Amino acid sequence: MTAIPLFEGFGLGLRPPHFNEFLERDDLVDFVEVISENFMVPGGRPLHVLDKVRERYPVAMHGVSMSIGSADGVKLDYLRRLKALATRVDPLWVSDHLCWTGVEGFNSHDLLPMPYTEEAMDLVCANIARAQDVLERPILMENASTYLTFADDQMTEWEFISEMCRRTGCYLLLDVNNIYVSGTNHGFDMDAYLAGIPADRVRQMHLAGHSQGRELLIDTHDEPVPDPVWALYKKAVERFGARASMIERDDNIPPLAELLAELDVARQKAGDWTRAA
Amino acid sequence: MTLLDTQRGFRDHILAGTDAPLPGAPERGLAVYRHAYRAQLVASLRDTFEKTWTWLGDDAFDKAARQYVEAHAPKSWTLNEYGDEFVRTLRALYPGDAEVAELAWLDWHLRRAFDGPDGDAITPEALGQVDWDHAVLIFVPTLTMGEVATNCAAIWGALANNETPPAAQRLAVPATIRIWRSGLTPKYRTIETFEQRALTLAMAGSGFADLCALLVEDGDADRAAQDVGAALASWLRDGLIRAARTP
Repeated sequence: MTAIPLFEGFGLGLRPPHFNEFLERDDLVDFVEVISENFMVPGGRPLHVLDKVRERYPVAMHGVSMSIGSADGVKLDYLRRLKALATRVDPLWVSDHLCWTGVEGFNSHDLLPMPYTEEAMDLVCANIARAQDVLERPILMENASTYLTFADDQMTEWEFISEMCRRTGCYLLLDVNNIYVSGTNHGFDMDAYLAGIPADRVRQMHLAGHSQGRELLIDTHDEPVPDPVWALYKKAVERFGARASMIERDDNIPPLAELLAELDVARQKAGDWTRAA
Repeated sequence: MTLLDTQRGFRDHILAGTDAPLPGAPERGLAVYRHAYRAQLVASLRDTFEKTWTWLGDDAFDKAARQYVEAHAPKSWTLNEYGDEFVRTLRALYPGDAEVAELAWLDWHLRRAFDGPDGDAITPEALGQVDWDHAVLIFVPTLTMGEVATNCAAIWGALANNETPPAAQRLAVPATIRIWRSGLTPKYRTIETFEQRALTLAMAGSGFADLCALLVEDGDADRAAQDVGAALASWLRDGLIRAARTP
């Protein structure tokens, strides 16, 4: 399977409030990321916009419904629809989350946590292999924010991810905010997490904000990137080098200029840290 | 416990919505997932049924949405398909306010038209060579029709334009609304009974000549011919016709 080359740039998620600005300018960002499912539709404005944006920018496809951890397997009809979109877009890469969203016909539309067990490892690796086979390309897996761990876990999340990459040849979309949220919620060592991630598999990084829930941090993606996430991003850049990075904002979406300013901060910081390293 | 057992237990726990313990998983985390599941689906219904939400207000809409969520677990990988029975739920919840379910019907089908299949409409000039004795009209794939008993169209239009909507009223006689997408824009129009009958026949595959003959049988021939001509002009003007084919 063809390797995914490095892409060093700074991007944003393509969200409906910003469609017109992305259609009018071709110098806003280095790449855009789209939620795949929003464009896995028969026709109309979404695909029209995507085609036009693709003429101006490299596009990364990011999904939320592959459900790579479902015990009853990944769904072939979904993968075929995803492949059709990938053929249309010719994306930088196709990514989804290390999680499950449903089982036996139920779909929660939420990113549900995996137990990190040997059985789950075998299942996830088999599902990734099937997905990569159908899509005819390696995929990126993103670490999800989690709010619980299972009593029968047999390994850490980073050990699971590292072994998953080794067995399947998949790549990683490292969500720095999600590491922070999960690390805070579960009290794991975030430095050990970064040290345990295979650097050669990282192709993209997400930056985002979160909220404080009653007892846990919640991955809300509705706030600017907070200082602790910037601090963790610094360590990630120092360890993995320059990788495609983006601000992921899904709710409470501000004017595009505000996100571009935040992205400039990321660009500046990453440049400084990369030179210093 | 196998992974499948774990996921079945997790699914059942989320769907039950209670804080009954799930072996091997701490309650404080489970509560986040139980809440997120419901919040995401209610938000999805707000998005799909935006004008209905505005009409009902937050509290009434969310109450109906939460009732729907408890009774309808999503099955598809796409949230686009979530809410296909919401019209029925609203009809049962508001038996004396028919405009509520009819607004939801408009919301649902206009959303379907928004990202439904493409199909370019033909121009009037393209009909110049048509053999009308044998022609069958092919419509854009997003076209659909429905009967309404209230002024839901006027309410929906006012809400879409940020205007004060009229009070809900039952119509003297039921009306038909057709919904379609013209270019990239979803549209709707209230149509007369004659056009509804003509469109029903044409969408069912009746040839244009047969369609004219059937409609003329019911009344004055000259008037019927005029009405068919007006309906055809309206379909062309609105971008409903994709092709006129001769079998």
